Amino acid sequence: MTPLLEARELVRRYSMRRGMLGRPVEVRAVNGVTLRLEAGRTLGLVGESGCGKSTTGRMVLGLEAPDEGDVQFEGAPMPPPGSLPWRRQRARMQMVYQDPLGALDRRLPIGVQVAEPLQIHGLPADATRVHALLRQVGLRPDQAERYPHELSGGQRQRAVLARALATDPVLLVCDEPISALDVSIQAQVMNLLVELQQQRGIALLFISHDLRAVRQMSHRVAVMYLGRIVEEGEPDAVLHDPAHPYAQALVSAIPDPTRRGNRIVLQGDPPNPAARPSGCAFHPRCPLAVSLCARQAPALKPRPGDGRLVACHVAQGEAAPMRKAA
Amino acid sequence: MSDTTIETATATAPARRRAGMPLAIILALGWIGLVLFVALAADWINPYAFTAMDLRNRLAAPVFMGGSWSHPLGTDELGRDVLSRLIVSIRMSLLIAFGATLISAALGVALGFLAAHFRGLAEQAVMALVDFQAAMPFLILALAVLAFFGNSLALFICLLGLNGWERYARIARGLAISAGAQGYAAAVQQLGASPWRVYGRHVLPNIASTLIVSMTLAFPEIILLESGLSFLGLGVQPPGTSLGNMVGYGREYLTRAPWILLAPSVVIVLTTLAVSMLGDWLRDRLDPTLR
Repeated sequence: MTPLLEARELVRRYSMRRGMLGRPVEVRAVNGVTLRLEAGRTLGLVGESGCGKSTTGRMVLGLEAPDEGDVQFEGAPMPPPGSLPWRRQRARMQMVYQDPLGALDRRLPIGVQVAEPLQIHGLPADATRVHALLRQVGLRPDQAERYPHELSGGQRQRAVLARALATDPVLLVCDEPISALDVSIQAQVMNLLVELQQQRGIALLFISHDLRAVRQMSHRVAVMYLGRIVEEGEPDAVLHDPAHPYAQALVSAIPDPTRRGNRIVLQGDPPNPAARPSGCAFHPRCPLAVSLCARQAPALKPRPGDGRLVACHVAQGEAAPMRKAA
Repeated sequence: MSDTTIETATATAPARRRAGMPLAIILALGWIGLVLFVALAADWINPYAFTAMDLRNRLAAPVFMGGSWSHPLGTDELGRDVLSRLIVSIRMSLLIAFGATLISAALGVALGFLAAHFRGLAEQAVMALVDFQAAMPFLILALAVLAFFGNSLALFICLLGLNGWERYARIARGLAISAGAQGYAAAVQQLGASPWRVYGRHVLPNIASTLIVSMTLAFPEIILLESGLSFLGLGVQPPGTSLGNMVGYGREYLTRAPWILLAPSVVIVLTTLAVSMLGDWLRDRLDPTLR
């Protein structure tokens, strides 16, 4: 069965200039990301800020063309951004944003904005359809008359969801959809997403830095570090028993009242994508790094023991760790 | 139950807004309405033809300065009725000011959106044109155009429309770029909307408040520019007349017959004031977040 979405070796470079007269420096925001997503499943993408999660999401949606690699959606390559076939394809794939107030036009009532994708794609956009969509995301039909600033944060995110769902998409990219909401509303929005996925069989790419949210939402989890996926697998496996040292540090940062004193605190500075370390990008901060790590970048491949996908020489058993993890 | 509450909510909303309309805005609207009526009905309400001379009543004083009712606002040095000339001038000046403001706003916004949408080379070309326009003394451009193409009303309006378009272009480009970065424009584009829809339905209404304020600022400027050009012999030529033209020629009789200059000046001041106030109020009214 061909997956709904397949991205191969995506690379996205930006050029950055330091100061007025500095030479342009190449920044690899995304450096060789491969991922696949089946219909009706959820892939969670976690990592610290600046690791290329959002850029990956934008390339997967075709909002940005990758510099290298390709994205296949339903077995066909992605048309160039802004072209007519690309615009038609928007009905099949949608995005949910981090900041719902910014993503909504503050001059139009939300009913009009929910009807907009229907008008754009030539679908019937009568009031009953809009009201049905609003009800589906847990808003009242009379709230169609409201302006975005008259709604609460959770209601705005629901309105964004209603707009994204209007054309019955098969893929939804959620870029930090809950990080701007407070905790009680986060749970509501996550439950809503799960419920909608079960009803409609939508595939979700769930981008977040919140590991608990990702564990609750996802069928598979990919951990990103500095533009690369370093570990991928079932959420329970990855988040309970991470194989990659970065994933271990990430998981140990989740507050846990029952655990005592074995938190891994990473040394060194957060990574700078403009000055990428040689070999494995994580080696300067890695407690297990060996000399091989500085020379050769590890590939993402199944671990010999249990087949977990991990990109680490030590975890793969290709090199012995210098010292025990702290 | 819920239906009735929705109905009452929508029914009461407009009443609340109308009640909130301040007296100054009603006066401004009334003045603009009056001026527009005068401009449209000029041919019917004129007491005299605006070129008709009454040589026995030259420099006659207006009613409020002890004159007679045959010339309510007095006459000028050739015995032409000031009221009749004022009525025709209002029509001419409004046509020029509205026409030129709309032309420059449309041109500037279109070029600004082009620059914001295509970026790269198109943007640099537009911005170079903007800098050129801003650096070029407008009088020299106006002199050159009118010298080569002769003077006609349509050309004059277009020429004044060229004045100041660069401000709208800068504003429109900057605001359109920031709209894209803010997310709502990008979000609509991501829904599959065509650029026409993104810019026409979302970006333009969102930046309209700034553009309207900028237009109300440009409106009086254009009336004054027109009077300046007319005075230099580049604008509306005698026997045609405009508000600026009347002020310009009335200047020589400022001490002996101030009413020639006074009437058009009052109209200019009141009209520009009314347009400014209305624009300011409109900006607040058009913004649902300030309601």
